[in-house]
Amino acid sequence: MAGQISACPACIAAPSAEDIAARAAQQDHNIALSVPGIHCAACIATVERALERTPGVKSARVNLTLKRATIDAEANVQTDQLIDVLAKTGYEAHELDSSQLAATQTDKAGRDLLMRLAVAGFAMMNVMLLSIAVWSGADGATRDMFHWISAFITLPVIAFSAQPFFRNAFTALRAGRLNMDVPISLAILLAVGTSLYETWASGHHAYFDAAVSLTFFLLAGRYLDYRTRAIARSAAEELAALEVPRAIRLGKDGSEEVVPVAQLAVGDIIRIKPGGRLPIDGQLITGTSELDLSLLTGETLPVPVEPGAQLNAGAVNLTGVLDLRATAVGRDTSLHRLAQLVAVAESGRAQYNSLADQAAALYAPGVHILSALAFAFWWIWSQDLRMAINIAAAVLIITCPCALGLAVPAVTTAASGRLFKKGMLIKNATALERLARVDTVVFDKTGTLTTGQLQLDNKSDFAPEALAIARALANGSAHPLAQAIWRQTQADDLPQVTLVDAREIPGHGIEGQLSNGCRVALGRADWLGGVPQARTATWLKIGGAPAQPFTFIDSPRDGAAAAVAALHAANIQVHLLSGDAEAPVADLAKMLGITQWRAGVLPEEKSAHIQHLRDAGAHVLMVGDGLNDTVALAAADVSISPASALDAARVASDIVLLGADLRPIADAVLLARKATKRIRENFQIATVYNVIAVPIAIVGLATPLMAALAMSASSITVSLNALRLGRVKAGEPQ
Amino acid sequence: MNILAYLIPISLILGGIGLAGFVYTLKSRQYEDPDGDAERILSGRWDNHPKP
Repeated sequence: MAGQISACPACIAAPSAEDIAARAAQQDHNIALSVPGIHCAACIATVERALERTPGVKSARVNLTLKRATIDAEANVQTDQLIDVLAKTGYEAHELDSSQLAATQTDKAGRDLLMRLAVAGFAMMNVMLLSIAVWSGADGATRDMFHWISAFITLPVIAFSAQPFFRNAFTALRAGRLNMDVPISLAILLAVGTSLYETWASGHHAYFDAAVSLTFFLLAGRYLDYRTRAIARSAAEELAALEVPRAIRLGKDGSEEVVPVAQLAVGDIIRIKPGGRLPIDGQLITGTSELDLSLLTGETLPVPVEPGAQLNAGAVNLTGVLDLRATAVGRDTSLHRLAQLVAVAESGRAQYNSLADQAAALYAPGVHILSALAFAFWWIWSQDLRMAINIAAAVLIITCPCALGLAVPAVTTAASGRLFKKGMLIKNATALERLARVDTVVFDKTGTLTTGQLQLDNKSDFAPEALAIARALANGSAHPLAQAIWRQTQADDLPQVTLVDAREIPGHGIEGQLSNGCRVALGRADWLGGVPQARTATWLKIGGAPAQPFTFIDSPRDGAAAAVAALHAANIQVHLLSGDAEAPVADLAKMLGITQWRAGVLPEEKSAHIQHLRDAGAHVLMVGDGLNDTVALAAADVSISPASALDAARVASDIVLLGADLRPIADAVLLARKATKRIRENFQIATVYNVIAVPIAIVGLATPLMAALAMSASSITVSLNALRLGRVKAGEPQ
Repeated sequence: MNILAYLIPISLILGGIGLAGFVYTLKSRQYEDPDGDAERILSGRWDNHPKP
């Protein structure tokens, strides 16, 4: 086509270059969409079918585990188009930045661990079969042969599968530390070493099965642990990928160019369209508009801006087109400086000592001392080095931390799996334990307890004619107040109004004329001569009559009241701290039944409030979403932020709430308490097994059969105890 | 007891086949979406012929 309209005949004669260019443009590209609403087989089929029916889409595949759709499409297919297609079928979808997701798509470490686990499992089954023959009475040459076959299976398998333990133990020893992997590696090596010697000397007891099953169970614990963290990491990456950071840069000739935010430099002129978020700090050159600063300060009232104003990154442009000259980009923006403040607050947060660390600190030196003492005692007593080493090895094998290695990961996997189903993402490994101790919850208001979406409050004060005029004026405006009016009057049966010459005046409002020539306007108080109100409001002026205010309230999120009630029921104090004005905060606190609230709180005051609570001995959970909350999020014992929060707030928090509903917060606290109880129980179970088995091993009566029984029984009881947590009771919503 | 000369290699080979099968499924990325695979069996979409 382009060739035909070309003025140059040579171009038509030589279409090859054009063909090549066209082919490059036609090249398929991958689009990744996050579709949080899919949950069943029917959803998968609907989404895939809708996408595949879209022209230009070659194939679409839904990954239910990650709640993600991957689309292979021709180059001319726009992501927005696909999001619209899904929105029409009833599924909310968001674009994902595929470069941010690269890390999760090749999960090499996970597959590596799984491979080692499978090999260890294979060896365990075979060696166990041979060992059962020995235990049931194989003798003499048959026993020796079985031992040799076991040895040939075990040696290469240990060399391959137990590598992660050896490597960790080696690193720890070189750094002069002692971790769980040191006794594990020692137990495995001693078991294999003594068994090889026994086999060679035609001895009775060989612990090849113990060495392999030890490796298997511990790898299973490692893998569970890894999975939990990998799921959290991939979901966190997905959240980061949701914000595709691009900006419009203006060229010298005024041309617009879309560039990644990372490429912006100080002095560049950036254009921000209505609805866009400021990626940089800058000085406003042209344009008037209103800015939504709620993510920065918590204030719901839009702030008008005029040329010359200094604007901060993170604000959202509401009405007019703004051109800014960048004064700070990237790390120097006020947004990033705040992130540094968070880092300081976090380093101040007392290093939490997890239950697993506490157990390891007791366990690792304990078993070494025990087995060394057993060795020394038997060597001095009997002067028999071989027997002393055998007994020391038996002590190490029997005290094997199988149950300890599974105790924490099995529970955290079950708990995070269940919380993930409820729409919560645990980012930090010890977050559950910290959450279990919470006795005070501090909420932010705007965007956390409320949706940040305004609702018209006093519709009944207006006559249908006035409402119809307001609706006509609001139609098509991007301003949140106008949109709220439009949304809430859209379905009403109002008289028809035709506006002539309606136009939006950025930073002020919308004006127009009725067909009878009467001038009407919807906008700010100072523009229309209204009386400023304490709450968020916009004014309607019809002809010469005085302007009348529409007032708005910020509607609470789904489940906000239920979550607060559930927290109260669990004997947890609830506080509300907001940067917003007093009237809306008081309204909301009353609506949700929160008695302890403060309005107009500065970010530093928020963290000071939390510090004060913590000094008084409280364990504080902070729930917040804005930039003004980040320091408080980092200062609290544990913190939750909604997925709609600013990047900085999400980074500072331990748990991210993926859905819009707040109810899971109360559930999470209760579940965390249960999970911590299970972890403690698991440690007790493991201790009981050791209390019984260790004396037997020390007096030299342990047999490989006993070791195998103790090891398997303790590991299985611990896992089953953990699984009780993951079970969803009948009738309970998932 | 000579039967052992057959049985032990057979058990090892059978186990080895299982292991090889697992390695194949792992390499061909069949564990990427366990939840989705569990649900997909309920859909009749590709019952008559496999997805091209």
